[in-house]
Amino acid sequence: MQFLLTERKLNLEQIIITEDLVFDYPAQTPEESDTRVLKSVNFTVKKGEFVAVLGHNGSGKSTLAKHFNAVLKPTSGKVLVEEIDTADDSRLLDIRQRVGMVFQNPDNQIVATIVEEDVAFGLENLGVEPKEIRRRVDEALRQVDMVEYYRHSPHQLSGGQKQRVAIAGIIAMRPDCIVLDEPTAMLDPRGRREVLSTIQELNRENGITVVLITHYMDEAVKADRVVVIDEGNILLDGTPKEVFRNVEQLKNVGLDVPQVTELAYELRKEGIDIPDDILTEDECVAYLSKLLEES
Amino acid sequence: MLKDITIGQYFPGSSFIHRLDPRVKIILTIAYIVMLFVVSNAIGFLVGIALLIVSYVVAKIPAKMMLKGIKPIIPIVIFTGILNLFFVSGTPIFEWGFLKITYEGLRLAVIMAIRILALIAGASLLTYTTSPIELTDAIESLLKPLKVLRFPVHELAMMMTIALRFIPTLIEETDKIMSAQKARGADFESGNLLQRAKALVPILIPLFISAFRRADDLAMAMECRCYHGGEGRTRMKQLHLGAIDLYGSLVMALCIAGVICINLFVPAFF
Repeated sequence: MQFLLTERKLNLEQIIITEDLVFDYPAQTPEESDTRVLKSVNFTVKKGEFVAVLGHNGSGKSTLAKHFNAVLKPTSGKVLVEEIDTADDSRLLDIRQRVGMVFQNPDNQIVATIVEEDVAFGLENLGVEPKEIRRRVDEALRQVDMVEYYRHSPHQLSGGQKQRVAIAGIIAMRPDCIVLDEPTAMLDPRGRREVLSTIQELNRENGITVVLITHYMDEAVKADRVVVIDEGNILLDGTPKEVFRNVEQLKNVGLDVPQVTELAYELRKEGIDIPDDILTEDECVAYLSKLLEES
Repeated sequence: MLKDITIGQYFPGSSFIHRLDPRVKIILTIAYIVMLFVVSNAIGFLVGIALLIVSYVVAKIPAKMMLKGIKPIIPIVIFTGILNLFFVSGTPIFEWGFLKITYEGLRLAVIMAIRILALIAGASLLTYTTSPIELTDAIESLLKPLKVLRFPVHELAMMMTIALRFIPTLIEETDKIMSAQKARGADFESGNLLQRAKALVPILIPLFISAFRRADDLAMAMECRCYHGGEGRTRMKQLHLGAIDLYGSLVMALCIAGVICINLFVPAFF
């Protein structure tokens, strides 16, 4: 009995669990056969974690993300969101309230003509009381630092601002987890910084679990855990330091490593004694200056 | 160049008329149009025109805007005027060859011209003082009774909202596609009408494809935010009737009552 209880507690701490998740994209024409995008993926996300999912185009990373809030349903295997099976249609709204999703194109996910109305959209769908909606909308806009734009129309905003509005629309629903599918791919460097720092803040200060799908290495470095997906399989899974140490393996599947890690890798190849898990510029500068002083 | 197009002619403000509940404003506009057709007396028309001018002044909409609203329908006014002038039978007051103007024709032409002009100016006031979003909300709320007849009220309002949301986005996109096609040597300015229409095809096709893609993305984003139709849905902004709505309605009721009295008791001298 004791054992069962602890096991249950463990399950609760894992917000998303996939068990042997297989997904086939249905064939477009009768001659084609179905394309297998995910091949038996076993993946868990723990509460409060910031996970980055890396993979090149067509690796299946977006497809995996779409399983987390029942946009797609497994061909075989199971996806559990806080112990709710995503195949259960009657719990669809529960799942989507718990796991919010932000997409790549900021323009195509804003519904209303005014920022605050768009943030309210999800809450209106959930049938929340008008006064409570007002309160949560203001709170969400404060969290993404967009309060002063509340009466603006979306097309007056920059890409980064639009994406923050989209994030506000999700966090207003008070989800436990946000899945972001390449949220910065269409943004300029400034917009990317804004969005990334918003995501980090939400994770640290509000304890929201974050799953960030990306192909920018410098974003993945900021996560607690990095998962590399290739050809529908999980290739690597660990802390950024553990993952980016495998420079050759990453390059083989068409991914880059952070510039600093690459520099360290090349220096090691030349026989210079430098650790293989350097991720940030500061770390690198510290090591290199130490080496220079010694020599 | 396309960015200059303004959709809806909302004139932001905080006047008495701006603050009226949008539902009340729509109903009052309809009442005003009915009033214009009830009037059969010159003094009655003066009341209607006076109400219109007072409303514009209260709403602080410049007279220029009123004229701008009327301008496009002037050809229609002239056309109906000519028809009425020459083809209504009655006591002739002027005859020249086969053309003849009757007293009744002249009277009807003037009355119809005033009616149409006042109608358009009145309806424009509604769009000048009500934002598109308020209008959409009001239409959704006013059409609610039709739900009984399975009329898709919520869906209609949602479609209007999304259309309003995407008009600027699609205009921007059209601009981009036009530049891209121009850079590839497309020519939109020369040639006859048919050639110009044909030149639009390379703009419309990419625009449509992109619009469908957007629609697909948007539908998924909406579903991810728990959208499941109008059932069980609440709204953040509730429309509330206030004292000013009562005053506004009273003014309109008085005007209509006045016009009916004038119709009945004041002899028509025109």
